[in-house]
Amino acid sequence: MVEENGAAADDALLLGGVRFTNRLLTGTGKFASRDLITPMLAASGSEMITVALRRVDLKAGEQDILRYIPSSVRVLPNTSGARTAAEAVRIAKIAREAGCGDFIKIEVITDIKYLLPDNTETLRATELLAKEGFIVLPYIMPDITISKQLHDAGAAAVMPLGSPIGSNQGLEMKAMIKRIIASSKLPVVVDAGIGKPSQAAEAMELGADAVLVNTAIATSNDPVMAGKAFALAVQAGRLARLAQLAEEKEYAEASSPLTGFLRA
Amino acid sequence: MSFFNTILELESFDVSSYFQTVTAADVERSLRREEQLDQRDLLNLLSPVAQNSLEEMAQRARRLTLQHFGRIIGLYAPIYISDYCANSCTYCGFHASVKFKRTKLTLAEIEQEAAAIAATGIRHILVLTGEAPGKTPMSYLTDTVLLLKQYFSSIALEIFPLDEADYLTLCQAGADSLTVYQETYDRETYKEVHPSGKKADYAYRLATPERGAKAGFRAINIGPLFGLAEPRREAWLAALHARWLEQEFPDVELSLSLPRMRKAEGAIPPRYLVEDRDFVQFMLAWRLFMPRLGITVSTRESAAFRDRLIQLGATRFSSGSKTGVGEYAVRSHDEAAVQFKVTDDRSVDEVAAMIRRSGYQPVFKDWEIV
Repeated sequence: MVEENGAAADDALLLGGVRFTNRLLTGTGKFASRDLITPMLAASGSEMITVALRRVDLKAGEQDILRYIPSSVRVLPNTSGARTAAEAVRIAKIAREAGCGDFIKIEVITDIKYLLPDNTETLRATELLAKEGFIVLPYIMPDITISKQLHDAGAAAVMPLGSPIGSNQGLEMKAMIKRIIASSKLPVVVDAGIGKPSQAAEAMELGADAVLVNTAIATSNDPVMAGKAFALAVQAGRLARLAQLAEEKEYAEASSPLTGFLRA
Repeated sequence: MSFFNTILELESFDVSSYFQTVTAADVERSLRREEQLDQRDLLNLLSPVAQNSLEEMAQRARRLTLQHFGRIIGLYAPIYISDYCANSCTYCGFHASVKFKRTKLTLAEIEQEAAAIAATGIRHILVLTGEAPGKTPMSYLTDTVLLLKQYFSSIALEIFPLDEADYLTLCQAGADSLTVYQETYDRETYKEVHPSGKKADYAYRLATPERGAKAGFRAINIGPLFGLAEPRREAWLAALHARWLEQEFPDVELSLSLPRMRKAEGAIPPRYLVEDRDFVQFMLAWRLFMPRLGITVSTRESAAFRDRLIQLGATRFSSGSKTGVGEYAVRSHDEAAVQFKVTDDRSVDEVAAMIRRSGYQPVFKDWEIV
């Protein structure tokens, strides 16, 4: 049974009709060695990992990055390097032909300095690719209007950035992300900028459906252990969200300071 | 509005006098600044005084590089397709009046070379020619790009400066990156060392990256040739050039190189020597100034030195390089004149193994021509 925002009754996450029981998405970039990817996936239990098509090299045989991803883990190719919708569409098609499946993470970036996505081109690419049967996960600047338009365009989720890619600044965009979570009919995957497990937990507590973490795991001194730490944080945050923790209050508060005297 | 205007504005600024005033506290302040470093900070970090802060600069630069690039070194190789040249750069071995048997590869020979390079695992290629448009016209360059596309995932050009329309043609054929060195940002020196030929036009060369960016190259690599003019000033202006391009063309990936002349390498000896310590300082200052800047180091540098640079902010290495026309497969090393002597002559496999031993991942493919 499907509830709102892609959550199944058993709390699995549904993305494009595919079930995920682990809500940590990971990435393949920045590792000291590709040999770390498989054990990191095992330790974290991550069931989906993003790969830049620009790094895929089928001619490289055993050395190709896709060979390091076990068949049990879903490949999420991304369009890193695309500067326009048209380029993102071409990259998505090449990825599908390369055997990466129907999932595609759209990254259209026209600002190399901060790696911020171009929402307009991203929306255009989403429209085109959704029509061609792709399961589209667009990486966006947090914006409610775009989130709604992406839903209408056939996206399978929205991926607002927490803060710029690789910045480890956490949920700089918290206020907007909260509003997207509150209004989005699509699963919300917080992507980019999450530098610490506590930030991943925070995103989940806020109600994100999943988070994607790459830099913080890949560049830590122990990516396998870091992967596990993030997975546990995501799980903790998710459970906290489901448990509906009591609201945070700034001051101690008597239970009915103003109206208690009215009790009979 | 070209970077040329900035050069004119900065020309009267006396860098050497400024350096006299820089204190250790100035360096410290620039080093610790949280927000984006400005051109004054960059000068502080490039100052002689900052040599006392190299370790601190290195630690910070390394953190920034890891954050933005990860534990990655990209690999590429050069392919010299023609050494005909009408320029008379006084420092260059390919100088027009240097007598040697000039060569231009046929397309069939380029294919032989490409196959040999691709067999080493290299997927990013840098195409080089001298400046002789009569010998290497647009049709030849376009055919070269179309051919190389079958062997490589990224094609960079380091050829004579072209107009925007010609760059557009080459981009459409499949070239995606452009390398062009200003050689020297000092206009007086530039005039002296480029006495004739098309290259004598400083402003046209300076605006080459701008024309390339407008034509659609997604990555642009620039740099000074260290040895011609005062190196710290060159390092400063090169980085300001990169920052200017970053602001004008935010969708272009920028990188800087640090080619340095060796003693008795070209027709004239270098006027200024850049020591290893200076080289490292420049690299670190650049990284702190532009955290996302690519830093390319060629095989001009020795194996031992390059091994160290991995931890210091380098992001891209050439490897297995041959710097003579046809040297990979078509003709022997002795027959080919080389533009510069390769100091790190290790094979691609050896360089990749060294990168792995350093705890980094050699990345052969990081682009897809779409």
